[in-house]
Amino acid sequence: MSLINAPSPHTRERTDTGAVMRRVILATLPGLAVLVWQFGAGVLFNVLWAAAVALACEALFLRARGKPVGFYLRDGSALVTAVLLGLALPPTAPWWLPLIGVAFAIVVAKQLYGGLGMNPFNPAMVGYVLLLISFPVAMTQWIAPGQAPAPADSLALFLGQTPADAFSGATPLDTFRTWAGDAGALAEHGILQGVLAGRGWQWVNLAFLVGGLYLLARRVIGWHIPVAFLAGLGVPALIAHQIDAARFAGPLFHLFSGGAMLGAFFIATDPVSAATSRLGRFIQALLIGVLIWVIRTFGGYPDAVAFAVLLLNLAAPFIDYYTRPRAYGHKGARS
Amino acid sequence: MADVDYKKITRDGLWTNNPATVQILGLCPLLAVTGTVVNALGLGLATLVVLMGSNAAVSMIRGYVTDAVRLPAFVMIIAALVTIIEMLMRAFTFELYEILGIFIPLIVTNCTVLGRADAFASKHPVLPSLVDGFMMGAGFLVILVILGALREVLGQGTLFDNMQLLFGPAAAGWRLEVIPDYPGFLLAVLPPGAFLGLGLIIAGKNVIDRRLKDARKARQADAPKASRRVRTTGKV
Repeated sequence: MSLINAPSPHTRERTDTGAVMRRVILATLPGLAVLVWQFGAGVLFNVLWAAAVALACEALFLRARGKPVGFYLRDGSALVTAVLLGLALPPTAPWWLPLIGVAFAIVVAKQLYGGLGMNPFNPAMVGYVLLLISFPVAMTQWIAPGQAPAPADSLALFLGQTPADAFSGATPLDTFRTWAGDAGALAEHGILQGVLAGRGWQWVNLAFLVGGLYLLARRVIGWHIPVAFLAGLGVPALIAHQIDAARFAGPLFHLFSGGAMLGAFFIATDPVSAATSRLGRFIQALLIGVLIWVIRTFGGYPDAVAFAVLLLNLAAPFIDYYTRPRAYGHKGARS
Repeated sequence: MADVDYKKITRDGLWTNNPATVQILGLCPLLAVTGTVVNALGLGLATLVVLMGSNAAVSMIRGYVTDAVRLPAFVMIIAALVTIIEMLMRAFTFELYEILGIFIPLIVTNCTVLGRADAFASKHPVLPSLVDGFMMGAGFLVILVILGALREVLGQGTLFDNMQLLFGPAAAGWRLEVIPDYPGFLLAVLPPGAFLGLGLIIAGKNVIDRRLKDARKARQADAPKASRRVRTTGKV
């Protein structure tokens, strides 16, 4: 008789945390490649530097807490946090931005709460929100898609210098926010006229979708969270778009813009900070999606994956309480 | 009570029973106004004066107020004192009064004030109550100022900015640029920074407490054991 009564994914192969985390990192590679293609080498600098900072902070705090350093470093969870945060940062970020964000994510959001498995909030998103709130200007500067600066310019930006050419452009979400309600102006902006959604960003999201499908196929994640997340974001968008197409962007635009796919497959699926049962996870991810649509449409920020994920992380114990699975042989869920 | 231990009152107020780090009382002003040293100092001093005044007044009337109406009576005293402080600040430090705003009248709701009135002043003579009010207020003030300094340095890279609001024009030059050309760190200025800062201060206090306890234990273990007498007579 098994003592663990959670619905277990009946894995056929030996998996440990390290193997799972390695697969997650592997699955981000298509997204990383597209980001580098669209926005230049700055993305790569962010990810590599974030990884180095994460490993250093993790090692330092594991040591301070008297835990086996090598054992916990090998599970790769710090690396995953660093990679996800590095991917979310703007490609023009100077070096101190990933440093502060990752150090806060690892030290405060993860180690101070008790390390891997104990953190109530997704560490990468805590780091991201910290940076977004503290340095709104540096965190909202993006490069126009397809106009990737040369690696030397990316390096200069990373080192905190201002290169001769200025590289900044609004993202599709920013552009839509600015001109929402004005159908003529929206049609004029080329960035909104991609095949699926906004130029550049559609390929980024498509690449993360491919990586996410790999994770699904390898059963690293279940289908509940991504499907509910995308439905929560897409269905309100579809309804609102039918009502007023000029004011509300369509579902494809929402699903392939900003951090939608990264959030659906890589961030909301964090098993530590998500709800426990399948039904709970479905509800939680659905609400994350709805909240993203609400904040994107009516809120003060162009994108909202981090805020939505953190708010629903906070609600996870509450969702767990009402979605407790029925114990075998008992009628009610409460027994 | 005849024998009042002033040492214990002092230690309680400043360390072992500190209102901010141990009782976790008065969080609202503690978190809201500690953006800079001058704000923290202004509110801390106001709270200190109210605490001393309310403790002294409550102690004086403690023999005449019945148990049933004691809390309303205490609240009336505290409210009167806070109103006086508010008027004084409005008269002499008007700009600081404007900055602190609603948090000056809110001293009434600071649990430390009513807590000390009920827990200490209503059971002790005037002088110990006055000392207790001073020490509790000082303990609160110290934490307030430490948190204010922490957030001011992290948030805007300065220390003792705008001190002229409290100490007159001569204090305008006290401003220290701790970090020149600081880009600013909004989180420290916003309320989350106050929560994080207070958490770190409490953690720091607990670490010091644990070190002291360990050191005391080690000293006791090192002390040579008294030789044990072996009983050789009677029933063994």
